Amino acid sequence: MSGFRTLLYKEVLRFWKVSFQTVAAPVLSALLFLLVFSHALSGRLEPFPGVGYAQFLVPGLAMMAMLQNAFANTSSSLIQSKITGNIVFILLPPLGPGEIFAAYLLAALVRAVAVGAGVFAASVWLIPVPVAQPLWIAAFALVGCGICAVLGILAGIWAEKFDQLAAFQNFLVTPLTFLAGVFYSVHSLPPFWQAASHLNPFFYAIDGFRFGFFGQSDVAPGSSLAIATGAFAALSFLTLQLLRSGYKLRN
Amino acid sequence: MDAAAGPAVEIRGVEKRYGAVQALAGVNLEVRRGEFFALLGPNGAGKTTLISALGGLAIPDAGSLAILGHDVRSAYREARRNVGIVPQELVFDPFFTVRETLEIQSGYFGLRDNGPWIAELLDKLALASKANANMRSLSGGMKRRVMVAQALVHRPPVIVLDEPTAGVDVELRQTLWAFVRELNAAGHTIVLTTHYLEEAQELCSRIAMMRDGRIVALDTTANLLAEFSERVLRVKLGCELPATLAATARADAAGWWRIPIENTAHVEDALAKLRAAGATVEALEVAEPELEEVFLRIMRREALVA
Ligand SMILES: Nc1ncnc2c1ncn2[C@@H]1O[C@H](COP(=O)(O)OP(=O)(O)OP(=O)(O)O)[C@@H](O)[C@H]1O
Ligand SMILES: [Mg+2]
Repeated sequence: MSGFRTLLYKEVLRFWKVSFQTVAAPVLSALLFLLVFSHALSGRLEPFPGVGYAQFLVPGLAMMAMLQNAFANTSSSLIQSKITGNIVFILLPPLGPGEIFAAYLLAALVRAVAVGAGVFAASVWLIPVPVAQPLWIAAFALVGCGICAVLGILAGIWAEKFDQLAAFQNFLVTPLTFLAGVFYSVHSLPPFWQAASHLNPFFYAIDGFRFGFFGQSDVAPGSSLAIATGAFAALSFLTLQLLRSGYKLRN
Repeated sequence: MDAAAGPAVEIRGVEKRYGAVQALAGVNLEVRRGEFFALLGPNGAGKTTLISALGGLAIPDAGSLAILGHDVRSAYREARRNVGIVPQELVFDPFFTVRETLEIQSGYFGLRDNGPWIAELLDKLALASKANANMRSLSGGMKRRVMVAQALVHRPPVIVLDEPTAGVDVELRQTLWAFVRELNAAGHTIVLTTHYLEEAQELCSRIAMMRDGRIVALDTTANLLAEFSERVLRVKLGCELPATLAATARADAAGWWRIPIENTAHVEDALAKLRAAGATVEALEVAEPELEEVFLRIMRREALVA
């Protein structure tokens, strides 16, 4: 549908016009993490046999940056439109809830992929990383970022002020992505934290994503993909219901 | 019912509550095809809420609304394709230029090659020189005109303008009304709200007046004016208005005073007061009532009922 295509184009243009902040800045901060952590923790044991700690870190950091930017894209676009009031220009045309949902989701994926590609391209110069199974990489990148993009839509619909959105980000999205095994293999954690990690959908996304590079993971990639896809489907269903009902957008 | 012959806008039993405020308390209203219709009422009467419900921006608690026979909820795509709404609040997307804004808005309606119509809109609304300016750099009145253009990108048969002339200068107000009249003459149905009642009197063939979420008057402009048999004594004074007349008299645009009169006794009374105050009357005539006087009378009557 053409209405959907226009909304997608507009959402991509919105971040692309300020790509210095929306793409270049997150790439730079992921690189800084990489430099500092790979140095500070370089003496540690290999997380997987034959995989150095710095190598292990590259996919995790790339994924964390992608996840956070997927969330940032949908949530900030929605809250800005709500607060400035220009959301009416999306609510008045004949765009269905599914079209609005898909356009915001895909635009966030475009930004996430741009950020992830940037992080990867910049870091392989410093730390070479193998690419064992590119299809797994793509599948986990899309599902993981999809979860975050949908969470961003939910947060954008729910929040009425910027500080509510910031709370959603600081108390939910950042801890969940940070504690998803970006900096360590969960096998190195005490049993309680290992079990807790298995409740975090982003753990599966990052673990599976990493499998695509090294061919090794904490959990079998098929199970991880099933769990992450289930989380994505459940959140998407909820979000579509809210969009259909007009919750907080059409009141 | 044959949708092609039905009303342009059909509103039945619409209710909407915001917390303790009953913004719409059961509104029934039909606007016919091709009409130039005014929705008038004091601040907080519920005009914007009703227009929001029409555009699907607010979901009513009860009742139904339809545009050209298309229910705004169950057939929202057809309904929204057939209506163009200019919201009251001045809003814009600071990321885009005027032309980008209009191209994107066209795209939302599935229109890809809308260039000629966009050019015409820019021209008619005196925005052509600002086509490539960022929305942020426009003055308030210019932003308002872009909002009008945005509402018209898809050539909607029904056009709803919620206070389109607020903050627009006199010259552009004339330009805007000339354009809207042209659209009306070409068959578009126009619904507008305004607090400039002389605009409504001049432009609109039928008027609904709202107060506290209800329609309290609904008739042709001519009937509303005629229903008030009351005439007005128009006087031009060469001095200040006497204090004894301050409660009833109202200044008009030409600087004359308008004093409502219901019978000859009122005329004599007014003249006596002028004489008693030693006022110099330079000119005097009996005039027809204006919509503003009718409006104030109806609102006073409703305040007594409430
Ligand atoms: N989103 C909202 N939340 C809470 N109350 C609202 C909301 N929108 C409108 N109201 C209330 O509903 C009532 C009707 O408001 P509305 O904006 O429809 O009036 P209006 O006739 O358009 O007034 P105006 O001439 O000032 O534009 C008011 O009491 C208003 O405070
Ligand atoms: Mg209003």
